[in-house]
Amino acid sequence: MSKQCRVVIVGNGMVGHHCVEQLIELQQHDVKIDITVLSAESRLAYDRVHLSEFFAGKSAQGLALTDEGTYDSWQVNYRTNAKVIDIDRENKSISTHVGESFCYDKLILATGSYPFVPPIPGGEQPHCLVYRTIEDLLAIEKSASTSEVGVVIGGGLLGLEAANALKQLGLKTHVVEFAPQLMAVQVDAGGGQVLREKIEALGVSVHTSKATSSISRGETCRYKLIFSDETVLETDMILFSAGIRPHDQLARDCLLTVGERGGVTINHHCQTSDPDIYAIGECALFNQMIYGLVAPGYSMAKTAAQHILALPDASQFSGADMSTKLKLMSVDVGSIGDAHAKTEGAQCYTYVNQPAGIYKKIVVSEDHQSLLGAVLIGDTNEYDTLLQYKLNDISLPESPETLILPMAENKPTLGADALPDTATICSCLNVTKGDITQAIDQGSCTVADVKSCTKASSGCGGCAALLKSVVDSELESRGVEVKKDICQHFAYSRRELFDIVKIEKIRSFDELLAKHGQGLGCEICKPTAGSILASVWNDYILANEHLALQDTNDNFLANMQKDGTYSVVPRIPGGEITPEKLIKIGEVAQQYKLYTKITGGQRIDLFGARVEQLPEIWKTLIEAGLETGHAYGKSVRTVKSCVGSTWCRFGVQDSVSMAIAIENRYKGIRAPHKLKFAVSGCTRECAEAQSKDIGIIATDKGWNLYVCGNGGMKPRHADLFATDLDDSTLIQYIDRILAFYIQTAERLQRTSVWLENLEGGLAYLQQVVIEDHIGVCQSLEQHMTEIIGKYQCEWTTTLKNPEALKRFKQFVNSDESDENIQFVTERDQIRPATAAEKSNQVIVVEVL
Amino acid sequence: MTTNEQWINVCKPDDLIDNAGVCALINDNQQVALFSLPSQPERVFAITNYDPIGSANVLYRGIVGCQNGEPIVASPLYKQQYSLRTGKCIQEEAAVTCFKTRIAEGYVQIFRE
Repeated sequence: MSKQCRVVIVGNGMVGHHCVEQLIELQQHDVKIDITVLSAESRLAYDRVHLSEFFAGKSAQGLALTDEGTYDSWQVNYRTNAKVIDIDRENKSISTHVGESFCYDKLILATGSYPFVPPIPGGEQPHCLVYRTIEDLLAIEKSASTSEVGVVIGGGLLGLEAANALKQLGLKTHVVEFAPQLMAVQVDAGGGQVLREKIEALGVSVHTSKATSSISRGETCRYKLIFSDETVLETDMILFSAGIRPHDQLARDCLLTVGERGGVTINHHCQTSDPDIYAIGECALFNQMIYGLVAPGYSMAKTAAQHILALPDASQFSGADMSTKLKLMSVDVGSIGDAHAKTEGAQCYTYVNQPAGIYKKIVVSEDHQSLLGAVLIGDTNEYDTLLQYKLNDISLPESPETLILPMAENKPTLGADALPDTATICSCLNVTKGDITQAIDQGSCTVADVKSCTKASSGCGGCAALLKSVVDSELESRGVEVKKDICQHFAYSRRELFDIVKIEKIRSFDELLAKHGQGLGCEICKPTAGSILASVWNDYILANEHLALQDTNDNFLANMQKDGTYSVVPRIPGGEITPEKLIKIGEVAQQYKLYTKITGGQRIDLFGARVEQLPEIWKTLIEAGLETGHAYGKSVRTVKSCVGSTWCRFGVQDSVSMAIAIENRYKGIRAPHKLKFAVSGCTRECAEAQSKDIGIIATDKGWNLYVCGNGGMKPRHADLFATDLDDSTLIQYIDRILAFYIQTAERLQRTSVWLENLEGGLAYLQQVVIEDHIGVCQSLEQHMTEIIGKYQCEWTTTLKNPEALKRFKQFVNSDESDENIQFVTERDQIRPATAAEKSNQVIVVEVL
Repeated sequence: MTTNEQWINVCKPDDLIDNAGVCALINDNQQVALFSLPSQPERVFAITNYDPIGSANVLYRGIVGCQNGEPIVASPLYKQQYSLRTGKCIQEEAAVTCFKTRIAEGYVQIFRE
């Protein structure tokens, strides 16, 4: 290879972008690669796999896989809106529709595919659309805004995703499928039936064995579909999702070899019939096969990149596994290998639980030794295990049916150590168990380390649980103890201590320490125990037996600042406050010369209060009708809100009333970490609910509930948990989620990290909370009702208790103030004096 | 305030809070953090109240406990632990002054060197 190599990539979809990443990552120092990327779309690569989340509120930016800045920093030359119209193979150059041309040494076609629109008369009218790009989504959204009924033509994987999008847009939704069942490629007839029932239960009408013969003007709706059996279906809009066709025109025009039914023919290195031109992803045909999944596309991208870079240990593409696990309209679907039992001599085991909507089938070889395929509908818990049996050809147990039977005793689980090093753990990024072992050998010692080192589980995330078990078992085999003790005084995790407190009805730290701990405790276990006792019993936290457990903030019911003074934050539920209360807060600030600032959570922070001033400040505030804001606790803080439908032109629900109701419901609850909520009155999301632990966004049919978002050190977008909930279901779900979090999270674990570590993730949380999968919903609700019922304004209680007030004195033997606390004035308010200012005696503000 | 040459009365035993701290002012405006640990033979510990790392008079508001058997207080600002027996910071190069204490003549007393 020459010292300089010009690589041009046509297409910037997921696969095209992955190829750029691979080239950047794998390039060697001695070769300079000039990369040019041409995207026919108006934006750079985005995540098409999660496209339907666009209608659940995810922005185009949120779906983006890269941005201009990243490409600039990689020195990748890129063009958007650049459609390539010609390849001049002789001169090795390509040209775009605006006349720009680029020379190449190696050309990569990553042009993807386009949706197939069956030639149905009338199918070219307005409101007849496809589902493929962000531009398509915008068109769908626009059409949906003037439609009430929508039809998806095509009941495959993409068709069901499109149907979900229509449903999310609030349309009455139909799916029309030519075959006698849904998802005919991946799922067998029995599975198709269960899938159909589940999807119909969600309010989508399914019509199978229907061929559309024409689309004409409707009577009650905009259009009428006329089927070949002469039945009709009225609809306002139509989405075609009848399969994909490879974008291979460019290759045809320059006489590259293409398949009979389309697709650019490639070899093991992903080269086309011209060795300097590669094709990858959905435009490529390998062994008469088009791979319509992202994982094989990524493998091709890697193979092509390695071949272009002439790496000595370059991989070869030799086909890919088409097994898939996904969630369609909240229905779990898994398909592995030979789902239709087409292999000669294949035998099947099937388990059907129709009432619960569960269907499981495994297909085994004639000798019952190996797994050939599987179909899982409604419950995909066994997917990972089954996939490993298939991919690694692991011998099946004597009774293979135990793999899918729910009541089977001694259910064989495939431990991480049973897997060979070649086992693929993350199929999106093609990470094997061997790669993970290697990362651990090189010093990774947590799942997060392994993740950042190998990129495993950073694609669809479906392998997270398996990844964790591989990492844990590898660490264990190296003698690394995966320790969960909270500190040297308790050999238990927070979760274990929580159970101990609850089950043994322990009411004090001393009792807990005597029975289960050692030593005197410390600043780790004491506040943890304090928080657990508060979460279980919700007693007054400054009661004598709890006093010494509290962190200083809880101990003085205020937040300690750097100079030892405190801030005072009265509760302002939902951010709504009367002018009278606002004035009173201002008066208090004025009287005590406190620095005043509006917080990020729609409250007012008063800084610079000395410990001895806290009771008098709070007395005034409480007399004015304010109450403690728990800003000091690992507890429920604020519920941010926009003004909602009461004032806003766009609001669809009363977000303020909901925010106030929620704040008042959960105020005072103590949790493993602080909790923040927000309620937005429409999808414009002015309250930024998707960055909160509990985020609620109004829809015109109710509320969408988002969970486990987080600002903070490691921001996390909240996950959509459930949609279009009525008020009481919303509250019920929040009750259960919060109680489950409080009972099971580790010490100081925020909801975001808790969810990420929850085995089974969001889907599991949904099962627990929505379906009562483990039968705890009633006890969760009961727990929540009990602690809510014991709410108190801790400052009100404290002010009534002369013993408690004694501690709010700087000195036990003097009425002096702490001389070290000194302020200077800045922008008309106080701030703590710096050390230099103190030593220069540039004092300062008069001490009250 | 003095009973003999060097033992100073600081406060009443009732002013202490078991397993927690209070602050007292002695002599020339010196702040002393006093801790009552009923399980320890010394029972009352006294150190200077100034947190040398956080630069504020806050140590009496820290949580008390033990580290490998040694009684400690953790600063409420940045949580470094200080030994109540030696005043040494366990995590960093820092220390606070310790005072000898006793309960006598109805008072908590500190020994001034």
